[in-house]
Amino acid sequence: MSEQSDILPTRQSMGGITDQLTRIPLRFPADRRWVIAMSVASALLLLLMVSVVELFTRGVGIWGINIPVNWAFAIHNYVWWLGIGHAGTLISALLLLTGSEWRNSLNRFAETMTLFAVVCAGIYPILHLGRPWYVYWMFPYPATMGVWPQFRSPLEWDIWAVLTYLTVSLAFWYTGLIPDLAAARDRATRRGWQIFFGVTALGWRGSARHWQRWQQTYRLTAGLAVPLVVSVHSEVSLLFAAGQIPGWHSTIFPPYFVLGAAFSGFAVVSIIAVSLRSWFGLKNLVTDDHLDLLGMVLLATGLMTGYGYVFEVFDALYSGDAHEIQTLADRFAGAYAWTYWGAVVFNFIPLQALWLRNVRRSGWMLLLISASVVVGMWLERYMILVTSLYRDFLVSSWSHFTPSFWDWSTYFGTIGLFLVPFLIAIRLVPMISIFESKELLHEEKEEQQHG
Amino acid sequence: MAKGLYGALAEFRTPDDLLAATRKAREAGYRSLDAFTPFPVEGLDRILRFPRPTISFVGLGGAIAGASTALAMQFFTNYDYPLNVGGRPIYPISAFAVVTFELTILFSALAMLVGMLWQNGLPRLSYPVFNGERLHRASKDRFFLCVGADDARFEAGETLAFLSGTGALSVELVPE
Repeated sequence: MSEQSDILPTRQSMGGITDQLTRIPLRFPADRRWVIAMSVASALLLLLMVSVVELFTRGVGIWGINIPVNWAFAIHNYVWWLGIGHAGTLISALLLLTGSEWRNSLNRFAETMTLFAVVCAGIYPILHLGRPWYVYWMFPYPATMGVWPQFRSPLEWDIWAVLTYLTVSLAFWYTGLIPDLAAARDRATRRGWQIFFGVTALGWRGSARHWQRWQQTYRLTAGLAVPLVVSVHSEVSLLFAAGQIPGWHSTIFPPYFVLGAAFSGFAVVSIIAVSLRSWFGLKNLVTDDHLDLLGMVLLATGLMTGYGYVFEVFDALYSGDAHEIQTLADRFAGAYAWTYWGAVVFNFIPLQALWLRNVRRSGWMLLLISASVVVGMWLERYMILVTSLYRDFLVSSWSHFTPSFWDWSTYFGTIGLFLVPFLIAIRLVPMISIFESKELLHEEKEEQQHG
Repeated sequence: MAKGLYGALAEFRTPDDLLAATRKAREAGYRSLDAFTPFPVEGLDRILRFPRPTISFVGLGGAIAGASTALAMQFFTNYDYPLNVGGRPIYPISAFAVVTFELTILFSALAMLVGMLWQNGLPRLSYPVFNGERLHRASKDRFFLCVGADDARFEAGETLAFLSGTGALSVELVPE
């Protein structure tokens, strides 16, 4: 019996876990706090709606974008949100395949986070279109104009990547959810819940035959989801790298983006894990050991992202390209140097505290460090967008970017767009995988018995 | 064969008890067996002699369909409206790779989900085995073995007695 295998306290019973987790949707325990959180989230969502109406009425000119910085907040926040989403898939799918069963307490809410983060990301390019009602031009349909979308452009790849990612994440999430919906159905006493869970569980009865096919589906979908994450964020980085702008046109972009995405996403997973476990008293399932492991993953992905920073500098210097080096100098000391140094400080300085075991195991410390990482990664995306664009090749086309009120309101609004469905999901579905927790508990007890 | 019955259901406390009982039932000659468990129990499918699931082939089919659709779509649109972008090739496989990869995964994942539900006969909200009084524990903490009434050796009283003898916590007949 190794220490690693006992991540769940073995004093609890399978029945206890089932009751504890199905009770959260069935008899919601924290009404007041939920209402407070929901009102903040709804206010933010309302802000998004107002901003979007304003945008559709007056056009993208209400934002601070102009030539040459025509890709600021919309694409910057798109990349940021999408990156956050990726950690959900990585935790869930990658750790399933590697047999790291500590993921069993984290995968459900991490996947839920993915879904809504991808939605937030997905609306941004559409808002940025200027004429968003023409978004269907992205799809190949026999148009009377006789033209087709340009499949040789990264901008066209984007919509396929994001929609595929959203759909596959949803399929994976739902596949894993079916047995838990059945567990909730069997515990439900009120008619409304019985119907809701009865229908969504699709009549799952836990038959051995069904489990066998289910297991194969789940594992294979996980196997597809891992390369999918890598491909989606690599594709996002190609939106930049395929252009000629100095600071973007670099082959290190795909891995640099994927690692940064995982880094920011694991930070958000940590924030949600710490919040949920204190909110619903789930310390028996999301243990200090889980936080410890999350802290280590955060530290590791953070250091890999730091490696990306180093090589971005090396890349620019080694290229010998005057414009690349100029952009590098602009990042270090230009008008937007605060975004570069802000990213470095917020991303990597508090992170170093995670070398200490006590810090990793403390919910509050992990929460604060993760919040710092989220801010840092936001600044990094800002930096990549703006510092490359505001001064490119010709001095005549140099200019500045200042975010307007509507830039900020749309951004804060998307936080509402993320939180509102997430808070609703907390009330509707078990936020920790019930059957996978039981499976892990059984394995731990088994191991204890047989030594 | 028994009229009006779906089968006999026996309840066990642990997966090991279930595995042992299932083995005994196979040895006693019962063939129409199924188990109902809160999570996938390792080794059960071998004892029950289930054939290997074919979801992987469904997924492969989906992947091939996705890749062909994506390639056909991209080749056709560029053939139908060739656009000269700085003299770059009209049919660059490298530029087509991203969308092809995404659609391969999309079609494959959806095919597997649909295939899994299809082969499992889901959604089917009502099923005779739900008539079992205690089956609701199968989604909580108990492990059930079911001998179908269509089994050649099924004989209500005898089968119940046999199941009790395997160490079951409770046994019951499930009406159809």
